[in-house]
Amino acid sequence: MSTDPTAAAAAEVPSGFFGRVVDNIRGGNLGSWPVLIGLAVIVVFFSFKADNFLSPGNFSNIITQMAGVTLLAYGVVFVLLIGEIDLSISYISGIAGVVVAQLTLPDSGHQLPGLVAILLAVGACALIGAFQGSFVAFIGVPAFVVTLAGYQIWQGAIQKAIEKEGVIVIQDETVNNTANYFFSSTSGWIIAAIVCGVYAASVISGVLSHRRHGVPVRDPLLIVAKLVVVVAVTILVVIISNKDRGVPFVLLLMVAALLVLTFLAKRTTFGRHVYAVGGNAEAARRAGINVARVRVLVFMISGAMAGLGGVVLAARLNSVDLNAGGGTLLIDAIAAAVIGGTSLFGGRGEVRDALFGALVIATIANGLNTLNLTQGVIFITTGGILLFAVTLDTILRRRQRAAGR
Amino acid sequence: MTTPSESTPLLELRGISKSFGSVQALTDVDFEVRPGEVMALVGDNGAGKSTLIKCVAGIHAWDSGELVFDGHSVNIHGPKDAAKLGIEVVYQDLALCDNLDVVQNMYLGREERDWLQRLKEPVMEAKTAETMKGLAVTTIKSIRQPVATLSGGQRQSVAVARAVMWNSRLVILDEPTAALGVSQTEQVLELVRRLADQGLAVVLISHNLHDIFAVADRITVLRLGRSIAVYERDQTTQQEVVEAITAGIATKVSGIPSTPPEQA
Repeated sequence: MSTDPTAAAAAEVPSGFFGRVVDNIRGGNLGSWPVLIGLAVIVVFFSFKADNFLSPGNFSNIITQMAGVTLLAYGVVFVLLIGEIDLSISYISGIAGVVVAQLTLPDSGHQLPGLVAILLAVGACALIGAFQGSFVAFIGVPAFVVTLAGYQIWQGAIQKAIEKEGVIVIQDETVNNTANYFFSSTSGWIIAAIVCGVYAASVISGVLSHRRHGVPVRDPLLIVAKLVVVVAVTILVVIISNKDRGVPFVLLLMVAALLVLTFLAKRTTFGRHVYAVGGNAEAARRAGINVARVRVLVFMISGAMAGLGGVVLAARLNSVDLNAGGGTLLIDAIAAAVIGGTSLFGGRGEVRDALFGALVIATIANGLNTLNLTQGVIFITTGGILLFAVTLDTILRRRQRAAGR
Repeated sequence: MTTPSESTPLLELRGISKSFGSVQALTDVDFEVRPGEVMALVGDNGAGKSTLIKCVAGIHAWDSGELVFDGHSVNIHGPKDAAKLGIEVVYQDLALCDNLDVVQNMYLGREERDWLQRLKEPVMEAKTAETMKGLAVTTIKSIRQPVATLSGGQRQSVAVARAVMWNSRLVILDEPTAALGVSQTEQVLELVRRLADQGLAVVLISHNLHDIFAVADRITVLRLGRSIAVYERDQTTQQEVVEAITAGIATKVSGIPSTPPEQA
């Protein structure tokens, strides 16, 4: 036994907020800090390098460019949380584009109102996700192969569906507005107020509920700080957006989806079970959780988010063509979730990771573009960051495993 | 010390058999445990201890035989059925989710929720703290820390606490001390004794006869899928139990007359 006072102090159990920070780092839980710091570095770098990077117009561009990928990445987070992968999302999103384009086609005999078409497209994609998920959940086929097959099948389905036309122009205003509508200044402020109000209400009700049951509220300062940051960022975003075309509708869509999915993941029984299946599927099964049901629902969410993203992507181009769902969409969506900090090993991650990760990818692509660099440089940079993120994830996982023993 | 021999068994297995394909894992096994008693279940590797408890826990369905719980013949089709009866199992691997915190693990699969399916976190946290206090588990710093950051003994305590939180009547512990050091083993054994003294029926599976003789009231020996003997702890020796485990019913062979085991 050592009597060295410094050694004793070092071994002392840390307490309070900083103690928990130390504990979290030791336990391999860094939260969103790496991606936020990375994002700050990227923004600072480009604002010095490129003159027109930090402009309201460019901010709007980044938001509209990243929207589709972000919506897909939200779904990827859920799939990664249960320790699976979904490679079919890019072409599922293409299917959604084809479905809305077909269902809103004038004089086709089956023209539907835009909103109905969107809901049907998203619903169809959710069913596709559930279909693929049931192979994983009930038969035990590896998700990698099931969704790789889906990748080919849905790509083929898109080609087949529009092989005569080659391209379908979307003329429905509701559909096109999902990607191209900007709110007026006043509406922007009203929306900001509602978003802040909803967030504040959920925080306060949580605190009150803790009080009521006599459970201590941890880190009141941190809660206040988070609230202040969220409100400040919201106000800043509205100010910047209003200097350009106004708050984009896709931004509202991204934030609304973030709030709903975060609620689902963190506040509901289903979300808890998603984390449990990802952490230890056997333990979840023995605890009486219907693991197969959780898996199918997760692939359904993945399909539905791919569908919603696909509608936005199609609307942005006002059309779908034979390339719908192709390009770097799949890679970007998965990379966004992973760069944001979602673990590929399951059980660790949050929906907001996808937003932050997509922001990193979009900012890099946009920044390198404003520097007039080629696509090649963008690919290499994004790939490098992805490699870094996965390496960090692996190291964290090892630390987490070593922490308790 | 309670006198469990006077009460009726809470759980009674009569002639349970179970095979996996051509492998006969359990043959005609009889077993019983009474409220307020620690019944040890011993046997060599492959004797069928794990299969037996998995049948009781609803993980495996048995092929033939009868399970009587609290005087009623019951069928157990899944872990939920077992839980409904008040049967809880703490497995050797503890079945904890490392990425979830203590409270989340305690309520895994039976979360408190409102009509919107929202989790009632404060309720669960308060109840967890209360249970931990009731079991005198005081070494855990925060019940909101992930289980991954806990020590082996702490993890075992969480698993046991989870088992008893649900008004359970029968707790089955599979090798609870196998991975623990001396002082942590002591803590867990004290916890086991406390459970029985609170009136629960406890089944303790262990290879460690020292542990068993420290807390068990009776000892059932399984050998090659058959239950071959039940001993009263006070009327047997470690020597005798070891011989039963390794060589069958030793008393018959070596002719030790002192404690004829009640034949099962």
